[in-house]
Amino acid sequence: MQPIISIKGLTKTYEGGFQALKEVSLDINRGEIFGLLGPNGAGKTTLINIVCGIVTKTTGSVTVDGFDIVDDYRQTRSRIGLVPQELPTETFETPWNVARFSRGLFGKPENPGHIEKVLKSLSLWEKRNEKIMMLSGGMKRRVLIAKALAHEPEILFLDEPTAGVDVELRQDMWSVVRSLRESGVTVILTTHYIEEAEQLADRVGVINHGKIILVEEKNRLMREFGKKQLVLQLTDCLAVVPPELDDYELELSESGCELTYHYDTKQDHTGITALLAALRTAGIKFNDLSTSQSSLEEIFVGLVNQEA
Amino acid sequence: MNLHAIKAIYRTEMTRMMRTVVQSIVAPVLSTSLYFVIFGAAIGSRITEIDGISYGAFIVPGLIMLSIMTESISNSSFAIYFPKFTGTIFELLSAPISFVEVLLGYVGAAATKSVIIGLIILGTASFFVTIDIAHPVIMMLFLVLISVSFSLFGFILGVWADGWEKLTIVPILVIMPLTFLGGTFYSISMLPPAWQTISLFNPVVYLISGFRWSFYENSDVAVAISLGMVLGFLLLCLIAVWWIFKSGYKLRS
Ligand SMILES: Nc1ncnc2c1ncn2[C@@H]1O[C@H](COP(=O)(O)OP(=O)(O)OP(=O)(O)O)[C@@H](O)[C@H]1O
Ligand SMILES: [Mg+2]
Repeated sequence: MQPIISIKGLTKTYEGGFQALKEVSLDINRGEIFGLLGPNGAGKTTLINIVCGIVTKTTGSVTVDGFDIVDDYRQTRSRIGLVPQELPTETFETPWNVARFSRGLFGKPENPGHIEKVLKSLSLWEKRNEKIMMLSGGMKRRVLIAKALAHEPEILFLDEPTAGVDVELRQDMWSVVRSLRESGVTVILTTHYIEEAEQLADRVGVINHGKIILVEEKNRLMREFGKKQLVLQLTDCLAVVPPELDDYELELSESGCELTYHYDTKQDHTGITALLAALRTAGIKFNDLSTSQSSLEEIFVGLVNQEA
Repeated sequence: MNLHAIKAIYRTEMTRMMRTVVQSIVAPVLSTSLYFVIFGAAIGSRITEIDGISYGAFIVPGLIMLSIMTESISNSSFAIYFPKFTGTIFELLSAPISFVEVLLGYVGAAATKSVIIGLIILGTASFFVTIDIAHPVIMMLFLVLISVSFSLFGFILGVWADGWEKLTIVPILVIMPLTFLGGTFYSISMLPPAWQTISLFNPVVYLISGFRWSFYENSDVAVAISLGMVLGFLLLCLIAVWWIFKSGYKLRS
């Protein structure tokens, strides 16, 4: 299937000479949730703003649904909704009015029913006629999402949708994003909360210093990069690991009552069966065992550090 | 052409005008009334007539011009500067609209508002003095053309300004002196010859003169020249706007 967004060799050099994007190439698949991760200043917002038309590219090409973002900007922009990182709002207007305005701006005929649906789905219906400046920060963010959804976009960009948002609202946002995906909307979100990407994204891209350093299906990423460890609670504590178990590079805890074994899920043979057999031979008994996997956050930090 | 977008911008701007009705309509009416009290009553009692027109009636076209020029500039410059200032401009930049549509929406709304204000001032003035309009169609033509060109000018100013200072300094430093020296309160022929010549370099003289002609068939310069000046100014603004549009000047980084 043709990707809905195709970015090829995109570079951006800002006026001052700073190069924010270096030869970025990236495809976004139709209907997926794509998580774009990267430290502060990596170029996430720059990338999004170029696709949306707010920042001009220096070189490279971007197509949305097969249309070029410069030559066919009316086609591409009418398909896109954007929730920006900052919270710029028309303080004296009401949620209803700004949502209606956005819809018109994006070339769609009036449809009060749709605006109503959007405002309700974001729990803004009761506040529809209040001045935006009277709303809380979280509510303002919802207003921005409502504006972005008012023209029924096929693609939604969320630039750090949950920065500074409380746990409950974050959960709400996640469910909004999930239901959007169910209705066929492609969602691209940037976030600093790795947990968010872990919860939501189908695929993850990592950007650092203006370069995409990795794009991978989230599950595969976690499988491939995810080191697993097996921890055994010993029945009888040990002073040292017996030499016949040296091959397994086991770690003995300070108390001597916990043995940790690291293994790689990538390998066909994790060595667990052999380890357990060896333990039995050595006469080491255990009364509990647990496994754990490194989180996306650890993978991410690892990648970015490697890069630096 | 994204007509829905033009409509959305136009309507939002007009709604804002209704919301700030005191500021946008009551204020010009009040200041016009004050001008009448101060200039019409105080000075008018000494000057009584200029070129056969009562002083009170003589200053009406100039007062209308004064208001619509300042209103056009401040309304449209503010309308585009404010989104830049708050950051809501991102939406205009990311929408499937061209600069022309943005322009039509904002300048259209600002000009409409100016025309309405001009007519309200005319109505207010008619309470104070009797006004005859010799050429209503030409009067409307001047009113609309000048509202549109100064709204365009204001739009350019709003795009160009990167601070409140720049936004307010141009109207105060350039427009105010030009309009006050433009013959609102006197006829150019009343000035010493040297000042008459200097006045001819003031474009506002032509605007006020032409507009006054449409009322009283009395003017400092030929009405055709006045109309030519208005159209020339309009053209100049259109060229500037076209250049802004081409270069994406200061709006996109
Ligand atoms: N208008 C601009 N002019 C010059 N440099 C800019 C401009 N906007 C961004 N930059 C620079 O480009 C780099 C990338 O910025 P960008 O906002 O894309 O990062 P980001 O990944 O979104 O960061 P964050 O996580 O903090 O939002 C930064 O070093 C920033 O300073
Ligand atoms: Mg950012």
